[in-house]
Amino acid sequence: MTYSQRLVNLLLGLAPIALALIFSTLVLVAAGAPPLEAYKHLLQGASESPAKIADVLVVWVPLVLCSAGLLFTFTAGLWNIGVEGQIIFGVIFATWVARNIYLPAILLLPLMIVAGMIGGALWGLLAGTLKVYGGVHEIFAGLGLNFVAITTNIWLIAKPWRPELGATMQGTDPFQPAAWLPRLAGLRLSPVSLLLALMAVVVVFFILRGTLWGLQLKAIGKNVRSAYLLGIATNRHMLLSFALCGALAGLAGVVQVSGVWGRDIPQISGGIGYLALLVTMLSGFRALGVAPVALFFAAIGVGAARLHLRMQLDPSLAGVLEAGLVLSVLLVAGLRARLLMPREG
Amino acid sequence: MEIALLIRILSSVLADASPLVIAGMGETICERAGVINLSLDGSIMLSAMSGFAVAYLTGNLLLGFLAAMVVGAVIALLIAFASITLRQDQVAVGFVLTLLGAELANFLGEPFVRRPGPRVPHMPIPFLRDIPVIGEIFFTHDILVYASILLIVLVWFWIFKTQAGLRLRGVGERPEAAFARGVNVNRLRYLYAVTGGALVGIAGAAYSLSVKLGWSEGHTLGNGWIALAIVIFGGWHPLRVAFGAYLFGALISLGSILQRSIPGVPTQVFQAAPFALMILVLLLVSGGALERLLSFFPPRMRRLVGEALRVAPPAALGKPFVTE
Repeated sequence: MTYSQRLVNLLLGLAPIALALIFSTLVLVAAGAPPLEAYKHLLQGASESPAKIADVLVVWVPLVLCSAGLLFTFTAGLWNIGVEGQIIFGVIFATWVARNIYLPAILLLPLMIVAGMIGGALWGLLAGTLKVYGGVHEIFAGLGLNFVAITTNIWLIAKPWRPELGATMQGTDPFQPAAWLPRLAGLRLSPVSLLLALMAVVVVFFILRGTLWGLQLKAIGKNVRSAYLLGIATNRHMLLSFALCGALAGLAGVVQVSGVWGRDIPQISGGIGYLALLVTMLSGFRALGVAPVALFFAAIGVGAARLHLRMQLDPSLAGVLEAGLVLSVLLVAGLRARLLMPREG
Repeated sequence: MEIALLIRILSSVLADASPLVIAGMGETICERAGVINLSLDGSIMLSAMSGFAVAYLTGNLLLGFLAAMVVGAVIALLIAFASITLRQDQVAVGFVLTLLGAELANFLGEPFVRRPGPRVPHMPIPFLRDIPVIGEIFFTHDILVYASILLIVLVWFWIFKTQAGLRLRGVGERPEAAFARGVNVNRLRYLYAVTGGALVGIAGAAYSLSVKLGWSEGHTLGNGWIALAIVIFGGWHPLRVAFGAYLFGALISLGSILQRSIPGVPTQVFQAAPFALMILVLLLVSGGALERLLSFFPPRMRRLVGEALRVAPPAALGKPFVTE
């Protein structure tokens, strides 16, 4: 590689960040906010105290779980947009267990985790079935099911699970103490959930990297038809990838409901499912990239909450920054391919 | 009495479905040219917000619609640039722009939430409005509704009855053949993507300035996805796409009438209904499920029903065109 090529490479590596910064600065100026002050608050908001760092990790855990799950479906070449709904069905199944079964925590928590993973997996399988056997593109199946899941959860909170006092839409009554994941003193962070997230990344990494199934999934992602002709049970593999992704999203739901809120609330999924798609895309669809990218996104999300308090800026700025960054990466990747490849006719 | 109610319902379906029709026509010409603009939900959201904000600040409706058009066109231009020139995945770029559009709308639209703003004035057409039944259904609306109906005819005529339409179908179905006949495939794709995007922008402003007045967070959430699904249901044929949009509007207003007359059913059922309906409708026209359904019909009807329901996308939809 020549010196100039290396320089181009370096510049192109930094270009997405620069592009995203320029874009978000313009957006801030358009909103009438001083950009530098906004960035300062964004950074400080995510790192100024141990409690803030814990908050970042609270957001990081479900994001990592969902993004890791998405690696299965993305590897199979599938756009599983239904993660949001899969989180919610994990929440619904786990909430049902927490409200109806009374056991010591050591038994109840694993039961909730299993129930939540089953709930998410079933919702994922439904989208997968519509895709594989119904011919409905998974983007529409998943998206439609998201809306159905969200309204189902709202109905449950408004009607069967309504708290005794008051009929507000604030959420269910808090769970029995045994249904709460143990937390670090004074924080919303549960060490168990951190452990689960790290385990998920490692397990997904090894399944995709070191097993025959992972290899077959990759073959499907590259070309469904050739994979089928090679004798791979493409339908079954795709369904399984939906189920596994759903199970991890369901686990994220359990963490939200049992580790963070201790009850079911209407906004329990909070767009994590959509954000996870961005995280996975930005990580280049690699298991080891997911954890740091999710950490970065979680930090932006927590920092944006402070922007809201200090500068009255809507917290959706976080989404603007994140989506802007992914868009810049896509554009720069395309530019790089055009610039570095030998010119064609 | 019953008839009067029916007329009122049909009239309101025509009005309420007009943004879906406009967006559906925009997406139809875009996809006919081979480009998927998946960003519709975000495009409509951002253009609804921008259209409202500009009309609110300037007091000029025309400027509002112009701003919305520009927003829709710029988003479509980005998709065209990323997919045609840079050869990135259309679905990936479209999805990211969906999220970006929605977040940007929520962020920049914050000062305009729940502000009372301007609206497109009613414009009943003199004389025509007095025709019994038809007059009330078709001629008592605002200009957007008339425009949406004209647009259906225009797009149909353009695609199927003009030379330009033949080229449009060519670049979406067989770009190599079109290229061999001297058509600049990628330039046409840019052109139709941006034109379609501008129409999507108008659809967005049609929400915030006419059908669902004002702006609030997530004001038009989900409508873009429904418009995309209707284009598939409509088999990329403008008349059938329009039929899909009106059918959809009719079913939704039927739902809201039922909601009032059957109080026992939770409201959430009606909130989820459009999206369940979207999946069912796609199931109905998609390969696997359709063939299974058809096997229940007697053989002679099978062909008829099959032909009526089966749809096929433009052959080169989503595929980049590279000259060797």
